[in-house]
Amino acid sequence: MRTPPDISASDFSAALQKCANVIGQSWVFSSDEDVDLYRDAYSPVRGLSDERVPSAALAPASVDQVQALVRIANEYRIPLYPVSTGRNLTYGGSAPVYNGSVVLDLKRMNRILEINEAGAYCMVEPGVSYFDLYRYIREHKLKLRIDPPDPGWGSPTGNSLEHGVGRGPYRDHFRAHCGLEVVLGNGDLLRTGMGALPASGSLWQRFRYGYGPYIDGIFSSSNFGIITKFGIHLLPEPELSRVFDISIARYEDLDDFVQEFAQLFDLGALNSISQMGMPLLSMQIPEARALLESPGGGSSAQWNELRDRLGKPPWQITQLNCQGPAKIVEAQYDYIVDRLSRFSGFKVESRRDYGPSPDPDQVPGQDKCALGIPSLVIFGGVGMGRGHGHLDFSPAYPMTGEAVRKINQLLQQGYREADMPWRGWTGGNTWFDKTFTMITGFGLENDPEQNRKAVAAFRHLMELLGANGFAEYRTHPLFQDLLMTQYSFNEHALLRFHETVKDAIDPQGILAAGRAGIWPKHLRDKREGKL
Amino acid sequence: MRTLRLMTIGGLTAALVITLAILRIGSVQAANASKDQLAHGHEVFEAWCAPCHAPVSGGERLAGTSTLEMVYKGAKPAALEQRTDLTPERVAYYVRHGDNAMPWFRKTELSDEDLAAVGAYLARNIPKK
Repeated sequence: MRTPPDISASDFSAALQKCANVIGQSWVFSSDEDVDLYRDAYSPVRGLSDERVPSAALAPASVDQVQALVRIANEYRIPLYPVSTGRNLTYGGSAPVYNGSVVLDLKRMNRILEINEAGAYCMVEPGVSYFDLYRYIREHKLKLRIDPPDPGWGSPTGNSLEHGVGRGPYRDHFRAHCGLEVVLGNGDLLRTGMGALPASGSLWQRFRYGYGPYIDGIFSSSNFGIITKFGIHLLPEPELSRVFDISIARYEDLDDFVQEFAQLFDLGALNSISQMGMPLLSMQIPEARALLESPGGGSSAQWNELRDRLGKPPWQITQLNCQGPAKIVEAQYDYIVDRLSRFSGFKVESRRDYGPSPDPDQVPGQDKCALGIPSLVIFGGVGMGRGHGHLDFSPAYPMTGEAVRKINQLLQQGYREADMPWRGWTGGNTWFDKTFTMITGFGLENDPEQNRKAVAAFRHLMELLGANGFAEYRTHPLFQDLLMTQYSFNEHALLRFHETVKDAIDPQGILAAGRAGIWPKHLRDKREGKL
Repeated sequence: MRTLRLMTIGGLTAALVITLAILRIGSVQAANASKDQLAHGHEVFEAWCAPCHAPVSGGERLAGTSTLEMVYKGAKPAALEQRTDLTPERVAYYVRHGDNAMPWFRKTELSDEDLAAVGAYLARNIPKK
């Protein structure tokens, strides 16, 4: 039997026995075979000394059981690491940040507590996945649309708390939540917003603020509590969803094009994800490679000449996506096309229209997520090959042409300095307001040395981009200390605040030590690097 | 029978031997599967396996089916439900150990009972001797 750090085998056995008395022996996992299922399947350091592995796992089925387990953990000072579905592969999966923690697996808490069709909201437990929610809505023929992330096997709870994203109007998932129930590190139970008003009823899922400080945010991307109920706003099933792809022709129009694109969001003409792409600026195209590697990266005239020769546009936006009443969507589309058609070579490359509740078997994989249909189609593009997954690097940057250029130049520099292959310019996703977020990174190989190199390159990219103001918004546990310490204004005032809160509400430091770079007082020497 | 995909993982000779040894046992178990178990196995497959292992057409790509297509190059069906050589034990091995980019699955996701059912379901096509 593995044990958590600084816990004797006898104390751990006694604690697990008490846990078994609460949740039943079959939901206490302590054999190596069972515990290994909680390792990070996409760990870049799999099998190496710095892989984070748990010592055991506990799977409660109710809020009462969660509270009881947290109290036992406090009694023995056993570190717990809560996961909802543990499927955020590339960001750590179900493995803890602090090695040897006990995973608190909330998957059995899988009840959809309420779906209100008229009010377009629901409340779920943390083990409910996007697939579960979608199936329930279809089986009950509810006129509602969910907003899944690309891999639909995660949970609304976990994905939102990690600032995960989808593709529809509610794509910023944390912003679409409304109301939390939280078990704190001492076992106390808290409800946020209107949930604190005993007679509030459904107002809990309708009005997020209640009265007093709005504290929901501190439970996201943190280790301050265990979320046991989670409210979400849903979209009334749109009458029409139009997904389309566009491109423009001139290299020199980048700044103006991005500015126009950003304004379409600010005006409300666009309200769902779109992805900016640069199909011409790829290292896979030998002529483009030569330009990208030339001093200055190629002139507009050179890029435009290459465009004419290859028939590939320099800039495109795919998955523009309008959803809602048909008349409004038609007007949005017309407005968008009108505004963008002033660009030379503007072209609508394809357009797909979908009515309400589209049959998932009739929707091509690329459009499923935007239409609220959870799938794992995304892995068909990124998950294949020789290795055991991928390591994603996810920086945020301003939605401006200048930033697009700057971040791609930095990435080109960073990959070169790290002696890793750069694939060319990477586009941005409009997951968040006024911001592009990109995903680049590394495939993981069945070769530890190669993966070590990827980890070193990842750190180099983080440091290089962070120094230029482009930090990640989420990252794998291996890099959470480094990322958090980059947010260093006023001698790390933000992190000092986080840890002041941590010490106050989880005084024994039981919950998810090290998550988001936040360490409890007695474990601060475990932080990688110094403040 | 060969276990091509097992060979892609280092150090799994023992698993290969086990897999070879269980073929006959697997076909007997599949034959003994009840209607209820097969129906449950089908549900489990749809919920947990189909998102990556369903048949694909028209240029679509699913991680599982597309990878097996590359591995088998037409020698075997790429979609798991069309296979005639999958034993419950072999299915269980992959579910609990993963393979390449396919992760493993925990017991709170697929219980041992679920796993036995989906194994029986995927083994239903093994030719009876």
